[in-house]
Order: sequence, then structure tokens, then C-alpha cells
Amino acid sequence: MKSHYSDPTGNQTVERRTFCVLVDNEPGVLARIAGLFSGRGYNIESLTVSETEHARHLSRFTIVTSGIPSVLNQIEAQLDRMVPVHKVVNLSTGSTIERELALVKVAQFGPERSEHRMEALRLATAFGAKTVDATLNSFIFELSGPYEDVERFINLMSAIGLVEVSRTGAAAIARGAEGL
Amino acid sequence: MSETKETCTMTGAEMVVRALQDQDVEHIFGYPGGAVLPIYDALFQQNSVEHILVRHEQGAVHAAEGYARSSGKVGVVLVTSGPGATNAVTGLTDALLDSIPLVCFTGQVPTHLIGSDAFQECDTVGITRHCTKHNYLVKKVEDLPRIIHEAFYVARSGRPGPVVIDVPKDVQFASGTYTPPGEIMHKSYRPKTDGDRRQIEAAVDLIARAKRPVFYTGGGIINSGPEAARLLREFAKITGFPVTSTLMGLGAFPANDPQWLGMLGMHGTYEANLAMHDCDVMINLGARFDDRITGRLDAFSPGSKKIHVDIDPSSINKNVKVDIGIVGDCAKVISVMLEVWRERKIQADAGALKTWWGQINEWRKRNSLGYKNSKEIIKPQYAIERLYELTKDRKTYVTTEVGQHQMWAAQHFHFNEPNRWMTSGGLGTMGYGLPAALGVQKAHPDALVIDIAGEASILMNMQEMSTAAQYRLPIKIFILNNEYMGMVRQWQELLHGGRYSQSYSAALPDFVKLADAYHAHGIRCSDPAKLDAAIMEMIDYPGPVIFDCLVAKEENCLPMIPSGKAHNDMLLPDFEGAIGDVIDSRGKQLV
Repeated sequence: MKSHYSDPTGNQTVERRTFCVLVDNEPGVLARIAGLFSGRGYNIESLTVSETEHARHLSRFTIVTSGIPSVLNQIEAQLDRMVPVHKVVNLSTGSTIERELALVKVAQFGPERSEHRMEALRLATAFGAKTVDATLNSFIFELSGPYEDVERFINLMSAIGLVEVSRTGAAAIARGAEGL
Repeated sequence: MSETKETCTMTGAEMVVRALQDQDVEHIFGYPGGAVLPIYDALFQQNSVEHILVRHEQGAVHAAEGYARSSGKVGVVLVTSGPGATNAVTGLTDALLDSIPLVCFTGQVPTHLIGSDAFQECDTVGITRHCTKHNYLVKKVEDLPRIIHEAFYVARSGRPGPVVIDVPKDVQFASGTYTPPGEIMHKSYRPKTDGDRRQIEAAVDLIARAKRPVFYTGGGIINSGPEAARLLREFAKITGFPVTSTLMGLGAFPANDPQWLGMLGMHGTYEANLAMHDCDVMINLGARFDDRITGRLDAFSPGSKKIHVDIDPSSINKNVKVDIGIVGDCAKVISVMLEVWRERKIQADAGALKTWWGQINEWRKRNSLGYKNSKEIIKPQYAIERLYELTKDRKTYVTTEVGQHQMWAAQHFHFNEPNRWMTSGGLGTMGYGLPAALGVQKAHPDALVIDIAGEASILMNMQEMSTAAQYRLPIKIFILNNEYMGMVRQWQELLHGGRYSQSYSAALPDFVKLADAYHAHGIRCSDPAKLDAAIMEMIDYPGPVIFDCLVAKEENCLPMIPSGKAHNDMLLPDFEGAIGDVIDSRGKQLV
């Protein structure tokens, strides 16, 4: 059972949304933000955080979440009313640059080793990935790009010999001259 | 400690006490322990802050809630680390859900021991993060004065709530510079209290054209202060609209006013709920469309345009989508609404209102709060009615526990003033009423303070009778004793075939003897004819009283909107069928 009473929002479709949240970098602030999501049953697709303004001790979260529009609006309001939160911006409304970095380990190329090895390198070049480590039977590629590109790259590599992936989650910023 | 209010050097413990003085705190509720001994030592050496020693930390928080809700001030709690803090969690959660301003100091093990599983250590800020508006772990004594002043600001501004300050013992001993409270300009927390003028004007336009309007008011009016209640009355007068309120908002609008419809919601009146269902314009002032109010959401007030005024932006469009959402403080927003109303010389549609009131008066004739009285046995509704009649001309404050007695009190005890009614609404905490009554009595020493209780709830914080005795707080505990956890029993009758699993109050104590044991006066009454005299005896007794009122055992609290039903589908007291057949299988799964 999800809620007390019948849910009238059944015909809304689930959307992805990216929020940028500017907070005081105080102890426990990550737990506070993450706890809001778990406590209220919201999804986190990815969450990145780092102090971005050292002098003012401000940290910036980029949170990618999904839900029906009314829930996404509720997430924004719930984030915005937290005491250490300075600002919440919905980055999905305007034109935004969104990037994530992935380290992709590919190895054990199967019986037709050399062919797969060549294919992995060709694909990496096509995606603009850097080869950051190489052995006789493995590569580690570094790829940064929008979520969809990283997904496509990983899917292709899994057909060749994907071993392991490490992803940062998205960092995002609005286009143009204006700051937050 | 020097007497100047200027900056000076002192220990962390002394800073706590000085900050309380500077925040005009007169009473705090607490319980000592190893990790707060320095603060207790600092309290010992001064007289302006009085400490009330409770018997359990949960009691301290509820007492502070009663104090805060009845006085409009911030309630203050002081408890030790570990179990002191965890015992406070229920009270903190209660205050969070009912938006009660509290500052709770918790002791903590010394900073170098944090994380070592030290004696009486717990992760207090971790545990209380979800049940406070905000919390702090003080790591350096230099931060302590700022944090305390900031905590008071956060607790009382915007949507009020509880704030925890966790103070390690070494910080209490360390010396530092104290700074008095200044103009608080919080770095990030700036609640919006002035409503958007354009939105308010749009709301007034809608209100002006309303044919079947209703004011749906809540605890936000009480929290906004007496001015908000005054403005609500003025707005209701000028428009002639009917007014209903949530459990938390009772008293904001006088119950003896002809425009009052009674409480709405699950145990609200027929006329209030049907007015909500059939209205064309709903004006929600400081209420939050709680599930006890709305019933079935897809059938909630289907034909109305909805205006929602709330100080918490996240309340707007959370449960119910509204047409006009106004973020702001109730008093400020209503005052601008009145201003616009007068500027534009608006007249409400008298013809439409006459028809609407005609309809409401038809609903009133159903007499949804009616019950079959008895000459042999005290009906709980009758007991509350008599209690109201015999106390209405005094300065009376009522607290309650949680259950049937709470709903009967809300239905049959009538409130004409704000801040007179203290109850656990959002969390529904059994054991709230007795300690809350202590806090109310401390804030209003001359008032008559009654905890309307059930025999099951009262046992949850019974130990606080000892506090009442120690501080000579003449609270009156009025127990509607039906030997059942009555609301549990009622739901079992409604939903579970009358199988009363674990809801019978077996092996009850003798409450009269218990009163005696707690240095209080005990009264028992089971005869309707003797009830008035017994209530008068309770009122006239100068000390604390436990009144054991033996009432009808299987009385149901009606009217009721059963789970999964809409406002216009109520179970009324004149219902003749089998109550267990009312709710379908889908409704039975709801809370």
C-alpha cells in the first residue's frame, strides 16, 4: 500500500528531472538531503556533491530524480524548505549541460580476441573516450558525456567484454552567461 | 556570571543558561544525567530560569509542547545523552507533525569519545534528523551562542517546529566568548511570510463570486497568533461565510458563533463535511489537507475551486491540487485579503448565501453529534458535555490523550478562544495529555487545566503525576474509563468482525488509590445523576485530581467517515445496521 487513500494521480507519466541544490557545507548535510529522499519515498537516480565555493562553505548537489510531475514539484518544495538549503534550481526547465564521467573496464575478449580488441578501441575512439589503462588483454576507458552517451557506450562494451564500470553521476549547469 | 548583557567569557554550560535568559525563557522541562551535569550545575547557580523535573524524557517534551501551544512561546527541553535523547524522540516527532516550536538540548559524550560506543552515547543528530525541523551538533564552544540563538529563531519562525542542539560534555566545560542574541539573519533559512499580493487579489476575486463558500481553517491560524484568529473572525463576519476547522485549529473561530459548523474530517460533523463536499469555493487557511480531513482523495470536494494559504510551500499541492496557492503567514495574508475586500467595496452574494445557509441548516437537522443518553450509565459524550457546561465560564485549558475520548472532547467540548486546546493531532501520541497539561499549568498557573483522557492512554505517561505533585500543579485528569482502547476496539468492530484482539484494558489499576499514591485526590463516578456534583468536586479541589469516570463500554465515536469513503458518505449516529458491514474489503486495507 503506497498511501492512505486512493491515488488520483494515476494517469501522470514518470519524468526525469535534474535539480541543483546549493547548501551550507555543514556536517550531516548529505545525510539530510539523502534522508529526505529515502524518508519520503522519492527516487534518486544519481547524486553528486562537492564543495564548490570554499570561501562561503557552499556545496552543490546535482540530483537526478524521476517521478510524476506532482511528486517532482513536491521534491523541489521539500528540498527548498530545509534549513541549510540556499537555493534549489530545476535544471530540466531550461537549456542545460549535463555530463557524467565513467571509467569502463573491458577485458577477456573471447576466442576472436584481437578482433574484439580492435572493436573496443574503435568504439572508444568513436565515442571520444580516452584509453587510460591498457594491458595485453584489457582496457580502461574514460568517457565523459551526457547520461545517454554513457549508457550507449556501456551497452556496446558489454557485448565485447565489459568487466566493471564506475560512474560519477551527473554534474549539470545551465547554459548562458547567468549564474545561479 | 557577570550581570551585563555584553560579550563576556564563560563556560559552555553557562552560555546555555545565559542564552536561555536572553531568550526570555522562564521555564524548562528536563531530566539530568551524566552528559548534562555541567548545565545542571549552571542552572543551580541562578534563579531566573526554573527547571521542572519530569519523570521521563518523553514527558518533558510533551510538557514543553503544552507550554508552547498554550502560551505562544518556544518550549524548552533539557535531557541527557543516549537514553535521554532517544526517550525524547516521540515528543520531538509529535512537535514536528503538529508544528510546535521547541528547542531541545541534549547532552552528548565528550567530542573525543564520539563514535567510540561510549557509555550513554548515541548518534543523536542522526536519530533526530528525521524528527526535527533542524538539529545541531556543537563541536566548538565558540559556535554555541550563535547556534542557540539560531535554534530559537528556526524553531519559532516560518512553520514552527522542534530543534535539537546536541552539546558534548567537553564543550559544556570549555570556556569561550558569549554573544547575546542580535538581529538574526540566517544564512539560508528565510521563510516567506508575506503572501503574494497578486495571488491574494485573485483569491479575493474568487471569494467575492462564491455562491457556496466555506472557510476550512487549521492549526496555522493558532500558530500565527491571536491576531490571526481575530482577523479570521472579522473576515467571517464581513463575508457571512460558514467556518469549519481541523482538530488542530479548534478555538480559532468561536464555537458559539452561528457561522461555526463544527470540526470537519473523519469524526467531523455532517454539516461541516457536506459543506466541504458541496462547496464551490474552499478557502483553506493554515490547514494541510491531511488524510483524516480529506477522506477519499478522488472524491474530495469535487466541484470546488480551492484557495490554500500556508506558510510552508511544500504543503501546497502536496495532497490536493489547488487553484490558488498563497505562501505566507495566515494573519498577514488575511489582513491583506480584508484590505482588498474593503478597497473594492465587495459585497458577498447575499441571495446565494441565503440558499447555501438554508442547505447547511438542513444538514444541521441531522444532529450528527447526537447520541442516545442513559439514566443508568454515563455516556462518554454526556460526560464531556457536562464537563464543558460546568467549566465554560472559567479560564479553562484542555489537553487530551489519543483515541475516542479525544474525538468526543473535540466534538462536545466547545472552544471560543485559541490556544485553549492542546492535542496530539498529526502523530496521535497516546500519553501526550498528562505531561502537556503540566506544561499548560506552568504557563497559566491560575487556569483550570483538564486532561481529558482514556484509561489506556493515561497509563502511558502516568509517572508524570509525580511531577504534578512535586510542583503542586493542580491539573485535573478526567478519565473516560470504558475498559477498552476504545478507538482500537471501534476499528476492530468496523473492520475485523468484532474480534477484540488485545484491546481490552485488563488489570487496570484502581485510579482512586493511584491518585492517593501520587499525593493527589481521586474521584470515581459511575452514576449520571451524581456526575455534576463529582465534576464540581474535581474543579473545587485545590490540587491535582484523577477523576475515574466509568462510562458505557462499547460506545462508538460517531459520526465517522469510514476509511476509503468520501465526505458525503458518513456513518451517522442514527445508523441502524451492522457496523461491521459498512466498509468494503478495499477500505479495510486503509489506515
